[in-house]
Amino acid sequence: MSTIDAVWNERDTSPGAIEEALRRLVSECHASMKACVPARTLNLVCVVDREWSGEIANRLRRVGRYHASRTVVCAVEPRRTTIDAQATVSVEGDARSGEFAAMRELVIVSLGERHLADLDTIVDPLVVTDLRTAVWAPHGHPEAVDALTTGRTGGAPIAQVVLTDSVDEPDPRPGLARECELAGRSEVVDLAWLRCTPWRERLAAAYDPPQRRGELQKLSKISVRYGHDSLVSGLLLVGWLCTQLGWRPDALTRHGTLLRGRARARRGEVELRLEPFEGMAVPGLAGVETRSDNGALLALERGEGGLTARRREPPTLGHDDVYEHVWTVLGASRGEPGILGEGIRHALMHDPTFNSALDAARRLLG
Amino acid sequence: MTPAPDPEPNPLVEGLERLPVHPTALVIFGATGDLAKRKLLPALYNLAHEGALPERFGLVGTSRSEMSHDEFRQQAIQSVRQFSRRVPDENVLAKLFAEVRYVPGAFDDDGVYAGLAEVLGELDASAGLPLNRCFYLSTAPTFFPVIVDQLGRHDLARRDGTEVRVIIEKPFGRSLEEAQALNARVLSVFGEEQVFRIDHYLGKETVQNVLALRFANTLFEPLWNRNYIDNVQITASEDIGIGTRAGYYDTAGALRDLVQNHMLQLLSLLCMEPPIAFEADPVRDEKVKVLRAIRAPTIADVAEMAVRAQYAPGIAAGEAAPGYLEEAGVPAGSTTETYAALRLEVHNWRWAGVPMYLRTGKRLARKVTEIAVTLKAVPHVAFQSPEMSGGVRPNVLVLTVQPNEGVSLSIGAKIPGSRMEIRTVNMEFLYGTAFLSQSPEAYERLIIDAMRGDATLFTRNDEVEAQWRICDPIVKAWEQAPGPLPQYPAGSQGPAEASSLLIGDSRWRMI
Repeated sequence: MSTIDAVWNERDTSPGAIEEALRRLVSECHASMKACVPARTLNLVCVVDREWSGEIANRLRRVGRYHASRTVVCAVEPRRTTIDAQATVSVEGDARSGEFAAMRELVIVSLGERHLADLDTIVDPLVVTDLRTAVWAPHGHPEAVDALTTGRTGGAPIAQVVLTDSVDEPDPRPGLARECELAGRSEVVDLAWLRCTPWRERLAAAYDPPQRRGELQKLSKISVRYGHDSLVSGLLLVGWLCTQLGWRPDALTRHGTLLRGRARARRGEVELRLEPFEGMAVPGLAGVETRSDNGALLALERGEGGLTARRREPPTLGHDDVYEHVWTVLGASRGEPGILGEGIRHALMHDPTFNSALDAARRLLG
Repeated sequence: MTPAPDPEPNPLVEGLERLPVHPTALVIFGATGDLAKRKLLPALYNLAHEGALPERFGLVGTSRSEMSHDEFRQQAIQSVRQFSRRVPDENVLAKLFAEVRYVPGAFDDDGVYAGLAEVLGELDASAGLPLNRCFYLSTAPTFFPVIVDQLGRHDLARRDGTEVRVIIEKPFGRSLEEAQALNARVLSVFGEEQVFRIDHYLGKETVQNVLALRFANTLFEPLWNRNYIDNVQITASEDIGIGTRAGYYDTAGALRDLVQNHMLQLLSLLCMEPPIAFEADPVRDEKVKVLRAIRAPTIADVAEMAVRAQYAPGIAAGEAAPGYLEEAGVPAGSTTETYAALRLEVHNWRWAGVPMYLRTGKRLARKVTEIAVTLKAVPHVAFQSPEMSGGVRPNVLVLTVQPNEGVSLSIGAKIPGSRMEIRTVNMEFLYGTAFLSQSPEAYERLIIDAMRGDATLFTRNDEVEAQWRICDPIVKAWEQAPGPLPQYPAGSQGPAEASSLLIGDSRWRMI
């Protein structure tokens, strides 16, 4: 395993100088070892508070193989007036004869709050042209996100994708409203939505056998349990079911910690319930249960080695017995550190169901 | 069998990266064999790890070795730990094999099939619904017809309301006659839509990307014909010898091992017309048309269009390497070819007159699988002096399947300076630098496709027979003219005789 690091830094610098330094570092790296080649997958612009940038650096280090090819970290200090920058081009991998190793490019730009409204003019030279660019601002800074996702004087915006995590929003209502606004002009990848993906896959699979598909029209109750401030994940999952199944949801009402409401389906009403689950240390969902008006039940719970599934079959004509099956739906947890990597990977993809699920989630909150 | 009515579409699958697969029981014949240990069981684990297996999945192993369910479970777990592409999650690993069943016995023994019927029934009962059934024939080819017959006799080949499928490993016959006979046996029991003949090359992402490159880009397709393409070279070389596979390899040889299946697949994908849809039959229809447009040689033609050779002692990677005849297990005086090169022509409107060169060999200079498409030279070189124009070379588009998966296009460019001198430079695209996703192993993709019933990446009966129709006369000609074979030193570019196939100024590319 060989590692190469080429580093450049400069105080009171300019975007043009940073861009020139990056070009030079990439050339030097390639010249020092021909097997090192620049990767060109995704630009990721992270806008973070300077004092918390170490924590963000740790999260980025843990994303595993799903890292952006060029990461531009804009570390914001409130009263800073000048720009300092450090650029690093590193190569990790076994560049054996005949095989290649991809370069990873990291730029850390220290700047002030006064720079954020025009951040696009600073970031523009720093991202690889014609490559998809995602922006992630885990500490807020909406003006920076707006600058990067709104084209200046009618031109194309710098960033096409906004990476968010609704779990970080103290109040989900304005959080979802902001997300809807962003989704109107950019692709939004919400980590709270990605935490629902295994549950969506399992619900889809549970009702996929032809003999089970009809049950989707008979669903009468959906219960979702969510952990660790992950109400938005629950809302998105319920919103997704509503839009995919053609239900019209009313706003949920609060009963203590329980959120309860109804959606109108073709055959009648579906009861919706979302409740917090205290026993989970990580964000995401703890369990999903669906019930049908014929007595059928499907319950999915987090478990070791996958989700624990329980299905209760309704009594059928001539058979009064109720059958219950319990099994494990296999799948390894990617863990919370892996979710940011999933977000970066999804920045290159498009999920046609997210925006409508987001709209429905917002309606559920009223 | 009563065809199941078309179900309502499932609205929950929209936008999902991983589509659900119908609950399935997979039966592996030859479950204790090398392929199962190295590829199939690790592939199943990786599918489980990613949550890609059907939500209800049953695994049954069968083979001649006497062992209990638990002993097979331990062996399967060990195989995954040893050969999986990722370190297994012990929880997933334990759950995957927790309910595994094992049925021992000879493949012609009626008791095996009675045992299978019993455990498959148990799996249905445990799941609470009838599982689809998928029989994976990972055995020596001599057992394929035996197993297929027995599945038919024991009423395991069809079942109302569920799908039953059979996956058949290569080689599919050792000659056209054998392939036809095997097809007839298989199709007397199963319908063609139930049969999935594996060619694992088709499961490789870069092989599938040949179609993406051709049919998702306007850049290449207008040039993809006899007017612009001078020749095509397909190379599948290995730097290693036969290792411990002498028993299999000496009865197969390079032509059967790689040309008849993998390399003709690459050629068909490269030359096929655009399919009307990326679905099993439209894609395979077009591939078969290409194979049918290649005239089968007569035995007399073979010396003109095919070269075989055997590796002799040489130096590979700086070390002395033995010749084929010195390898352990190779019979003295064997005339099995370890190198085969062919010149073929696709006789249709698009490709007439374009030579298609195929070569494969063991113990060559480097491991590489690539398709090189050489375009015709420019009609007129405007740069006046020969030394200036000496660098003007035809463009070459190279699609590398392994090891550095990617696409490279050579173009002429001016050397910086006051003189108009030209040098060839490369535009390179490497998969590893452009995508975040890791390519799944070919077997992972193929197992899931077979369980889903998608036969696009599997070989159809007429396709196999069309492949054999091309290779059969070569096999026969070589059998009629036994050795000594031309030799090439281990670690070299191959035999000098291969150059005799080339037309005009063509040269074999450096391996």
